[in-house]
Amino acid sequence: MANVEVDLPQLEVRDGVDRETIETVASMGAYKYGWATDIEMDYAPKGLSEDIVRLISSKNGEPEWLLEWRLAAYRRWLGMEEPHWAMLNYPKIDYQDQYYYATPRSMAIKPKSLDEVDPKLLATYKKLGIPLKEQALLAGVEAPEGERRVAVDAVFDSVSVGTTFKAELAKAGVIFCSISEAVKDHPELVRKYLGSVVPPTDNFFATLNSAVFSDGSFVYIPPGTRCPMELSTYFRINAENTGQFERTLIVCDRGAYVSYLEGCTAPKRDTHQLHAAVVELVILEDAEVKYSTVQNWYPGDEEGRGGIYNFVTKRADCREARAKVMWTQVETGSAITWKYPSCILRGDDSQGEFYSIAIANNAQQADTGTKMIHLGKRTKSRIVSKGISAGRAQNTYRGLVSMHPKATDSRNYTQCDSLLIGDQCGAHTVPYIEVKNTSSRVEHEATTSKVDEDQLFYCRSRGMSEEEAVALVVNGFCREVLQALPMEFAMEAQSLVAISLEGSVG
Amino acid sequence: MGAVSVKAEALMQRLAGLARPSELAAPREAAMARLAGMGLPSKRDEYWQYTDPAALNATVALPAALAVDDDAALFGALDAVRLVFVDGVFDAAASDDLALAGVTISRLANAPDGHWAETAYGALEALGQTPIARPWATLNTAYATDGLLIHVTGKAQKPLSITYLRRDQLTDAILHHVIKLDAGAELTLLEQGPAAARLNHVIEVDLGTSARFHHIRAQGRDMGRRAVTHIFAHLAGEALFKSFTLTADGALTRNEAVITFAGPNAKAHIAGAAMGDGAFHHDDTVFITHAAERCESRQVFKKVLKHGAVGVFQGKILVKKGAQKTDGYQISQALLLDDGSQFLAKPELEIYADDVKCSHGSTSGAIDDTALFYLRSRGVPLRAAQSLLILAFLADTIAEIEDEAIAEDIRAGLETWLARHES
Repeated sequence: MANVEVDLPQLEVRDGVDRETIETVASMGAYKYGWATDIEMDYAPKGLSEDIVRLISSKNGEPEWLLEWRLAAYRRWLGMEEPHWAMLNYPKIDYQDQYYYATPRSMAIKPKSLDEVDPKLLATYKKLGIPLKEQALLAGVEAPEGERRVAVDAVFDSVSVGTTFKAELAKAGVIFCSISEAVKDHPELVRKYLGSVVPPTDNFFATLNSAVFSDGSFVYIPPGTRCPMELSTYFRINAENTGQFERTLIVCDRGAYVSYLEGCTAPKRDTHQLHAAVVELVILEDAEVKYSTVQNWYPGDEEGRGGIYNFVTKRADCREARAKVMWTQVETGSAITWKYPSCILRGDDSQGEFYSIAIANNAQQADTGTKMIHLGKRTKSRIVSKGISAGRAQNTYRGLVSMHPKATDSRNYTQCDSLLIGDQCGAHTVPYIEVKNTSSRVEHEATTSKVDEDQLFYCRSRGMSEEEAVALVVNGFCREVLQALPMEFAMEAQSLVAISLEGSVG
Repeated sequence: MGAVSVKAEALMQRLAGLARPSELAAPREAAMARLAGMGLPSKRDEYWQYTDPAALNATVALPAALAVDDDAALFGALDAVRLVFVDGVFDAAASDDLALAGVTISRLANAPDGHWAETAYGALEALGQTPIARPWATLNTAYATDGLLIHVTGKAQKPLSITYLRRDQLTDAILHHVIKLDAGAELTLLEQGPAAARLNHVIEVDLGTSARFHHIRAQGRDMGRRAVTHIFAHLAGEALFKSFTLTADGALTRNEAVITFAGPNAKAHIAGAAMGDGAFHHDDTVFITHAAERCESRQVFKKVLKHGAVGVFQGKILVKKGAQKTDGYQISQALLLDDGSQFLAKPELEIYADDVKCSHGSTSGAIDDTALFYLRSRGVPLRAAQSLLILAFLADTIAEIEDEAIAEDIRAGLETWLARHES
């Protein structure tokens, strides 16, 4: 937290306000994760060409079919146009002015265990608060009461640096590894499911990802297995001018269950960095996946310099009966967010849920939402979206609810609320509703309002500063979504909400 | 690039058979210049994705069989100035005398040089082209062959009641009305009838400070007719604009309303009830811009759909920076009476001011079984119970009509339609 400048005179201590509160407010400095790790990197040459695609494939030691798959995607991508329908305004992206592959030099020969990983890398994750060390727990040291264990896959720029608890997960039959390892160790699973939810032809950014994805996480939960711990992937962009193109594939077999968490940060840079990820969830009969994201990529400074351009395609395929998926996202980072986690409710009685908090402050722009495609009978979906705009930011909810003719007796409920802080920002709602049978019910509600003056006044009269009061009111506004998050994530998300709104009042 | 040239090509073909009238030449020239940059809509356009404009783009109108004229005309008992158009041409002989205190009415078809409408004609249509192009309205400004130019200087004592008759199966009509209400002026405009096999209709309403305008429209029930209509309304401070449309049947109806609040404390309410049975496609596209403080907008749209009918609603509330204390409300609902029907909706909000109250709701579903069961348990026959519930569903839209006698007429029109379509 090197660059945190706190305007102390604003933090006069009043009676009845404890020190901790003051410190919390003080710590709401600028972006917390803006430092960079000075580490030797290997880059592929700048720009994108068939050779780069071949290089990424060979660096990962991939089989021929995957290289062909990538090349087909690349060739298709060349003929595609970048979509501009979102309410986002950004300068033209030069796709040749990016590094598509960057890896810490120490990872050139993959370490066999976490002990062999460059200490600088481990220090980076420690600084981010991500526990990669599992020895203590494995050595039988009791975890403090109530502390949950989370297995982590950490991705640094283009490669996965380590996955924890692999052995213990393996005992349960769960496969949790980087996607490059999965290609080698479980080619039959990868080949069967990769691109089966988000085909390489899906959209401009997903096609780009299909061509150049460097790493990401792979999860397979065998039939009837409840994954013994939460799984987590932590993405970190470190190198400058580097795009991160990770690919996550989760297959939850019949009757299985997994809760998966995803977190992301990046250093402060004056230039924009590209992030185009693809996440595919395959959910079979009676299986359930909970996918939670706290996206805290570097948002850029107050003037809109720097920040991540985040173009993400996430989709869950409830392929069989009674499959269930729950997307929960807290989007506080990125200069540009373009992200629509979707649910294809193909199996009869399958269910999709989407809970989202999107906060845009300063010059941030977010265009995010979901798609609920009801194909199976008696399918259910629920959308709860909370958008908060402050500063000069633009925040758009964009969503689709589609009831196909055969999706009889299905149900959707959508609630989209927008909150505006200040008169320079914008909040927009663009829902598409398509109903093609009579027995389904679709309900959509949206409201836009500002932070309630009475609530603010009440908090202020109890000795809170304006910023604390706003943070509290906003947390209240978001509670339905925060409640949907796993506990540790909910805590982190709550403080993120406060940090993200720093500087938006007064 | 390809899309642009396709649209330009479609425009060239559409214009080939059209002759541009000579009246109000200057605004028509200006419209031609605007139109050149637009081309005609295509299904790939964001605002045409739910409605295929092909039948509108075609060089000639598709034939529409004439309906048996078994409906009693609406608004028959009202004391109104009656104006009649036959196949898109004003019929002076069939119409009342145009004299009405506080109102001057003239025909677009013989507007002389220097007519007051020279500056008004096409002005609001031009303003309504941003941010979304509406090529049909621009084409209308350039090529409209008839219509009324209405200047209201005081409180009109009677409503103007326009009936659009259709005698020909192939009429392709382009009509354009300009209505200017001075400060404090009031007018009620009633419209009914199928007008043409294919109708392109524009109304521009410019409301001065505290002016009041009521508009009630019943679009003719001929099954085969097609229509694209636009209402452009511009409201000064304290003005009131109310518009209600009843649409029954029609192969294709696209009703656009483009409303702008330019002064504070104004109100605009727009409502629509649509009923479709069979190959019916009905589209309400509304764009409301709040550019002034403390204005209230209200959109209430309901659709009853059966036997493959398609209902579309695209409504947008845009609140510009500084339009504080805006109250924007929007509801769109559909009753789908069977599996073949579809409801496609896109209710949008775009808001750049913080002290606003904006909401929208959209629902879709079948008739409530519990309500139906209740009525049947009280001895109401199934068909009658269904009709009752459909009427109740549409009641919110009719409630937007202030004049009770007019509302009663509309209700009667609805009941006639329901009785005819009970199976």
